[in-house]
Amino acid sequence: MSLALYQPEVSVCFGRQMGINMKRKKQLNNNMNGWLYLLPALLFLGVFMVYPLIDVFVYSFEEGYHSASQTYFGTGLYNYSYVLHDPYFLQALKNTFLLVMITVPLSTVIAIAISVGLNSIRALRDLFQTVYFLPYVTNTLAVGLVFMILFQKTPYSDGFINLMIRFFGGTSVDFIEGPYWAKMFVLCFYTIWVVMPFKILILTSALASVNRDYYKAARVDGTSRWRIFIKITLPMISPMISYLVITGFIGAFKAYSDVVALFGTNLNAAGMNTIVGYVYDMLYGDSGGYPSYASAAAILLFIIVLTITCINLLSSRKHVHY
Amino acid sequence: MNLQSKQTARSYAQIEKGTLMKNQVLRSVTYFFLGLWALIVLFPFYWMVLTSVKSYGAYNSEYIPRFFTLSPTLENYKEAFTAVPLGKYLLNTTLFTLCTTALMLVVVTLAAFAFARLQFMGKQIAFVGFLSLMMIPNELVIITNFVTITNLDMRNTFQGLILPSVMSVFYIYLLKENFEQIPDSLYRAAKVDGTSDFKYLIKVMIPISKPTLVTITILKVIECWNSYVWPRLITDDQACFLVSNGIQEIRENGFGRENVPAMMAAVVVISVPLIILFLAFRRKIMDGVSRGGTKG
Repeated sequence: MSLALYQPEVSVCFGRQMGINMKRKKQLNNNMNGWLYLLPALLFLGVFMVYPLIDVFVYSFEEGYHSASQTYFGTGLYNYSYVLHDPYFLQALKNTFLLVMITVPLSTVIAIAISVGLNSIRALRDLFQTVYFLPYVTNTLAVGLVFMILFQKTPYSDGFINLMIRFFGGTSVDFIEGPYWAKMFVLCFYTIWVVMPFKILILTSALASVNRDYYKAARVDGTSRWRIFIKITLPMISPMISYLVITGFIGAFKAYSDVVALFGTNLNAAGMNTIVGYVYDMLYGDSGGYPSYASAAAILLFIIVLTITCINLLSSRKHVHY
Repeated sequence: MNLQSKQTARSYAQIEKGTLMKNQVLRSVTYFFLGLWALIVLFPFYWMVLTSVKSYGAYNSEYIPRFFTLSPTLENYKEAFTAVPLGKYLLNTTLFTLCTTALMLVVVTLAAFAFARLQFMGKQIAFVGFLSLMMIPNELVIITNFVTITNLDMRNTFQGLILPSVMSVFYIYLLKENFEQIPDSLYRAAKVDGTSDFKYLIKVMIPISKPTLVTITILKVIECWNSYVWPRLITDDQACFLVSNGIQEIRENGFGRENVPAMMAAVVVISVPLIILFLAFRRKIMDGVSRGGTKG
């Protein structure tokens, strides 16, 4: 009797158990399914991003690592100290900082001016926009070669830029193999030429999205153009400007291919190496074979970029109106 | 009274005229500077095409470079394709671009689908992990990748070139955002009909998200076509060079002699495909870049 009473309860229990089991199984299936879709991405990221990320720190602390025998003497900070005392690295550091400090403010200001101009006209606007974007889709190496030809001075020809300089009464100078300031100038010029399309594009779309009512109200009040620009336009697009400054800093610190395009692969000899160039030179090529030094330099670069980005973010919090 | 109003009217007219003048001047100045920048952008392109159609002899005899040529020649283009393996470079780059982009599309689509539509344990953590990887600069991981590929004996192979170039976390993010805009009801309806997740992805989500897929495809193609650093590290055999490395090789070792017109012909040949792509998909490219491209 008691058994008979008990029976249904057991079966109910059993049934519920089965339901939970099935649900669990389905859940498990779902889990499997989700991770299965992620699997290819995880594999690629794991092998080519996460593992290298850990490994680069390991490399940077392994002293005297030899890539052929894969042995090392010990661990410590020697690689960092070597890199920081290497004159080539210091030269690269100086070049990179100069490049960053010149090109980022200059390109941002020019981009703002061009975008505001572009925003104020109607005729030819589309054409200008298309033309301005062209450098974005060109091969940095290929067009860099054209810049080299334009700025170069050879025994056979002064080149186009020197022709212009002489036309205006200056003396010609070799921008590619000449004095340091000339090389720096052409590098900055080319860098600005390359980064401009992105900045102009971002700023023109930011300007186009500013509410027209502000301008109408300002015009009714008889506000001058300059005041409108300072008091309305700039604050309205300031989030985008700060975005461009931050990405600009990051990009300029990683300058490499445009430098190679202008001065060739032997950057140390030209005295125009950058930090990224130093990393690659340590890794590969005639002076290569030192992944430890390369790692230490890459991490130093990362720390510099991170610091600058944090400073930028903090200062943008003060000046940017969201 | 009458006189006064007349005077006011006149001064209004003067003010209006003055403003009009000012506007006109301002507009001219604006056009001047915009035109100037357009000139600075276009001039290198003009110069490279111009130089590429000057004959070798003519170019070298011009101590003062001329702004036009009266006897254009296609000789340099022939030279560019015969003296250096430019055709091979182009073929390599095309193959590299196609494979990398195709693989990227598959991987990115699957991952974005999982993040946007599927429910599974650890999804949030995985997504945050992916996002944080977006901040990792390539320079930091390229060192180990170089060692890995070298140890795997994949130097000077297409696998070695392609595999580390496939992933772009940002595109997963972009596509996921797009997938999430597709209404849930569609998914549930498909589920009721017994459609599998995969079939739903292929038949519904991909067709709806085609614009975004086209955008990321184009951005990846541009990135691949212009990639220089990784190919340079991983190839030293000319048979595996991509165009960027090819152009650098031409610059450094050249045509046996300093042949600038032939160099410029090679530069034109390399630049033209992307410029055509840009002119064809202008809106899409500019849209995609403003949504989150950087010069890669």
